Amino acid sequence: MNTHSAFWVYLSASPLFGLTLTLVCYLLASRLYKAARYNPLANPVPLAIIAIICILWLLEIPYKDYFSGAQFIHFLLGPATVALAIPLYFQLNALKTIWLPLIISLVIGISFSGVSAYYIAQWMGASEVTQLSMIPKSVTAPIAMGISEGLGGLPSLTAVFVVITGVIGAVFGTWLLRKVGIRGDAVKGVAIGVTAHGLGTARAFQVNPQMGAFAGLSMALAASISAFILPWVLEWIR
Amino acid sequence: MSFLSFITLLLIYQLIGEWVVIQWHFAIPGPVIGMLLLLMTLLFRPPLAKEMHFHAHPFLAHFSLMFIPAGVGVMVHWPRLQAEWSAILAALLISTLLGLLVTGGIMLLLMRLFSKNRSEE
Repeated sequence: MNTHSAFWVYLSASPLFGLTLTLVCYLLASRLYKAARYNPLANPVPLAIIAIICILWLLEIPYKDYFSGAQFIHFLLGPATVALAIPLYFQLNALKTIWLPLIISLVIGISFSGVSAYYIAQWMGASEVTQLSMIPKSVTAPIAMGISEGLGGLPSLTAVFVVITGVIGAVFGTWLLRKVGIRGDAVKGVAIGVTAHGLGTARAFQVNPQMGAFAGLSMALAASISAFILPWVLEWIR
Repeated sequence: MSFLSFITLLLIYQLIGEWVVIQWHFAIPGPVIGMLLLLMTLLFRPPLAKEMHFHAHPFLAHFSLMFIPAGVGVMVHWPRLQAEWSAILAALLISTLLGLLVTGGIMLLLMRLFSKNRSEE
């Protein structure tokens, strides 16, 4: 018993635990997703997050200790954002024909998502920090956190909103767009990439590579222009 | 290109991006600057894009994994979420679904408008 608990004390304090737990939960959730034939309701990200929270809660491990290991995965968001330049490069030809509609849709889409979340939160009585942290929620995580800080929000709270938004978009996105009769992989991809960033893009790639490419393109473009327009939009609505 | 050179190259571009942000007090996050700089490099050196694509594909295939640690951060904000959960859920759900429709609708409308103009020219 004694050696057992000593081992446990060591493990919960070392970064190894948080890192391994994240990967194991993600891989298991991905298997489940595959077994469910990629049904959007079985999206692996919320499944893995819920599983990890339950395990941490049962073992009484604080988030700080978990993150000391999980930060290595979190860190990859930076280089992954840089790597978006590569699929973006291969889509430049498609971009040549649709760049004007795309840019206009991006600017309106990003502003609309942020402003509507801000107003709904305000109307339903959320605190100001919550309202401000909502504004960049459709932008991919590392960038949204940077924007949130500049707006006076809470970066870690924004990260949570970003993930929830991405999950909503990944789960309901393609279904909703089909339901209202919006067709075409380029159009659907753009809508999903702008509103549901990386998580939506991952889902779009599963549905079809063409839609995924457009989602990735819009996410990357949205990420680069939202940092310019969101602070300006906030100033304007206040 | 080996995987190690691939990841090193990404980190170098991110580092340059972060440096630019600090140096000139940019409002844009470092990784975005890094991405734009890499894109410019690829435009000047197309063979590099093919080489990087080999590793970029499997790397970006797990983009959603990288959001998990931040998502688990829900734990830290538990008191706030408990107090404001209905406002937060309504705001995120409605704005995301409406955002999808607005963006998709405008994109569809503009693409039709522009292709019409082009065919009339």
